[in-house]
Parts: sequence; structure tokens; C-alpha cells
Amino acid sequence: MHSKTRQIDNKRKLVIAVTGLNAIDSPGPGVAVIRSIREYADFEFDIRIIGLSYEALEPGIYMHHLVDKTYQLPFPSSGAESLLLRLRNINQIEKIDLIIPNFDAELFSFIKIRGELEELGIHTFLPDLEHFEARHKTMLYKFGKKHHMMIPEDRLIYHLSELGKAAEALEYPLVIKGKYYDATIVNTKDEAQKAFYKLQAKWGLPIIAQQFINGTEINIAILGDGKGNTISVIPMRKLYITDKGKAWAGITIEDPAYINLAQQFIKATKWRGGCELEIMQTNDDKYYIMEVNPRFPAWIYLTAAAGQNQPAALVRMALGEKVEPFLSYEVGKMFIRYAWDLITDVGEFQKISGTGEL
Amino acid sequence: MRFKKNIATSDTGFIFNPASGDSFSSNTIGSEIFSYFKEDKSRKEIISLICDKYDVDKNQLEKDLEDFFSQLRDHNLLEE
Repeated sequence: MHSKTRQIDNKRKLVIAVTGLNAIDSPGPGVAVIRSIREYADFEFDIRIIGLSYEALEPGIYMHHLVDKTYQLPFPSSGAESLLLRLRNINQIEKIDLIIPNFDAELFSFIKIRGELEELGIHTFLPDLEHFEARHKTMLYKFGKKHHMMIPEDRLIYHLSELGKAAEALEYPLVIKGKYYDATIVNTKDEAQKAFYKLQAKWGLPIIAQQFINGTEINIAILGDGKGNTISVIPMRKLYITDKGKAWAGITIEDPAYINLAQQFIKATKWRGGCELEIMQTNDDKYYIMEVNPRFPAWIYLTAAAGQNQPAALVRMALGEKVEPFLSYEVGKMFIRYAWDLITDVGEFQKISGTGEL
Repeated sequence: MRFKKNIATSDTGFIFNPASGDSFSSNTIGSEIFSYFKEDKSRKEIISLICDKYDVDKNQLEKDLEDFFSQLRDHNLLEE
């Protein structure tokens, strides 16, 4: 008994900082990433989780069984320099070993300061800037052409007058997409114009007019080692979708075509880290990549539940360990998300709001 | 008649297609028919087994069974 206690005491501490603690109705993946890491039994470390938040009401901040300490970050719009400054500051207190960023909007800055973080002893496991940019929704069609992957044809619209030509080429119905988020299916010129103005006001230009593909949507969580090797692929079909299009329940499925597509994507991009492919499978079994999200999806805990703990594998690779590709997973493993009222005290809210720490 | 190889069924009449994630529930007579699939019975044999066991008009049964099979086909569950 005594020796066992000593063994535990001797475990090296591993400090992992995680963003995306917004486990809300349109959730960030942070809490699921932490849960996966916490539940991985084979770490030879004592894990300390540092939450990195942007808003004082991100639920993960208050989940003390998962997150040991939280620090607030400057908004991504303030740029890479102020992010680095804040992280230097936090690192002086916490001696961070690894950061796992989980927001699309912050990834560009994290990739930019990757070298400086490494100098501070902070590891990351992120894609190269070139590959991160190539999969952006404004570049995706070009990317697909180059690597022989099916992507719905699109046109980038910088002025309303270009919309008519795009509609002529792609035909209605069309999908009108914002530069970063949001998409609307439109059937007429009027609807297309309305969507253009709305998305322009929200996300700026260009707007993307994309060919509409009818079929079944499949999401795939993938993990690449940065050398072109696929470490893990888990395909999931949404069983319940919220009005924001988010999965509220889903199930792991089996089709070698998904695995092949994911492997093809990772080989082409030498993708380093986690990523989610949004696929549309048509009735005649064509597989279109609709979007590439350059980070773990919010449903990432399902990968751990199905036998391929992607966040834990990412941690091991980020620390320089060689991780062998997973070969199998449980098909028919389901997740059902639920809402839970977490009770806290105004003192905690005041602390994170006022001092930027909790 | 038989299900495609990858289709999973249970004694309660639950069907799961692992390729699509679709699942279906059938009533007790449906699950009985699935058990005949497992025994590799033909359509003709299934009709005869059900007619022997239940008080049912053969013509009506044939129509209902055809409708049931076409639903299974539509959902891509049967081996062609």
C-alpha cells in the first residue's frame, strides 16, 4: 500500500492547457477533449488541466472536476502578439507542457506563435499554416481539384452583381455560405440576395455560393501524425440535430469508403493533429467533402468511447511519443448529449470576470 | 430471403445498419420473419410457415409480405 502511494506521488506532472470550454448548445470541444484525456488510463503522468477561456460564462470554467484552473485569454481579434504575451504570463505560473487549441478563430494565431511557444517549452500539435489555409472554405474547391477529391463546385462572390452568374453556372438550389460560419439554402434570386446581404453584414466578404448536394451527412473525426499517416478515423452519423445544425445525438458507423477518404485527405495534407471532415454521401454513393474543420469536433469523446481516444493519442504524439495507428473501433457506439444546470456561486463568477482567473 | 451480411438484428425485432447508422423496430410478426431469414427460408417457405401457424388469408399475407419486403429493400437491408 505504502509503495503504491509513493509511486503515485512520483508521477511527473503534465500540464495541459485547453481552450473551447464553451459546452453550450453550439458547443466547443474543450470539455470533451479534457474528459477524453482525464479518462485515458495509461498516462504515466499526473495530469493538471489549465482551462483557457474567452467569456466568463463558459461552463467548463466551473467544472472543477475536469479543469484545475482557468485563465482568460484576449479575444482572437486582438492578434497573435497579445495572445503570446498572455500565454507567457500564464506559463510563468503554470509551466505548461502542451496547449490544445479548439476554436477555428484562434487557430491561425496559435499556428503563428508555435515556434515561440516551443521556445517556452510549450508543445503544440497543429497543422502547418499552408495546410490550414488550403482547407479553408474559400479555397476548398481548388484544394479538392488538386488532390482529386470531390468538393461541391463554388464561386466566391465579392459583389452582388456576381451572384446571378454564379446561379447560372451552379443552378438553384444553391448554398450561400459566410466566410467563417453560417450557411443558407436558397431557391430563388430573391432568397440568394437576402442571404448575401445578411452574411456580408455578419462575416464580411467574400460570400461563397456553393452547389447544393443532396444526400446523407456524415462527420468524420480524424487524427494525423503530420507525416501523412492516419492515426485514427471515426465516422459518425448525426441522429438528432439542433436548429443550429449541431449533433445532439450520434452513432459510430462503418464504411470503408469513409476511412479511405480520410486517409486520402491526411496523406494529401500531411495533417498534423485533430480535424473533422463533413461529408455528404449522395444516393449514388458519391462522397463529397463539404467542409474541413481544422480541430477536434465537439463530439470527440465518442472516439474515446469507441476505442480510439484521439485527444489522448494527440497528447502522446505532441510529447514526441510514436503512436501506432488504431486499427479498429466499436461500430454502433452512441452519444446522447444532455443539458445540466451547473450550480455555482456569484463569487466564482466575480473572480473570473474581475481577475481573469479561477 | 436474407439480410445483407453487415446488418445486425435482435430477437426483439430491432435492426441496425452499421453502414448508415439507421435503426428500425418491427413488431413480433416482423421479428418472427427475421428468424426465418436466419434459417435461410425462402419466400414461399415463410408464407407456408405463417399460414400454418396463424389464421390468415394466404392472398392477404402474400400482399402484406411483399409490402414488408419492399420496405426492407427500400432501406437497403436485403441481399439482392
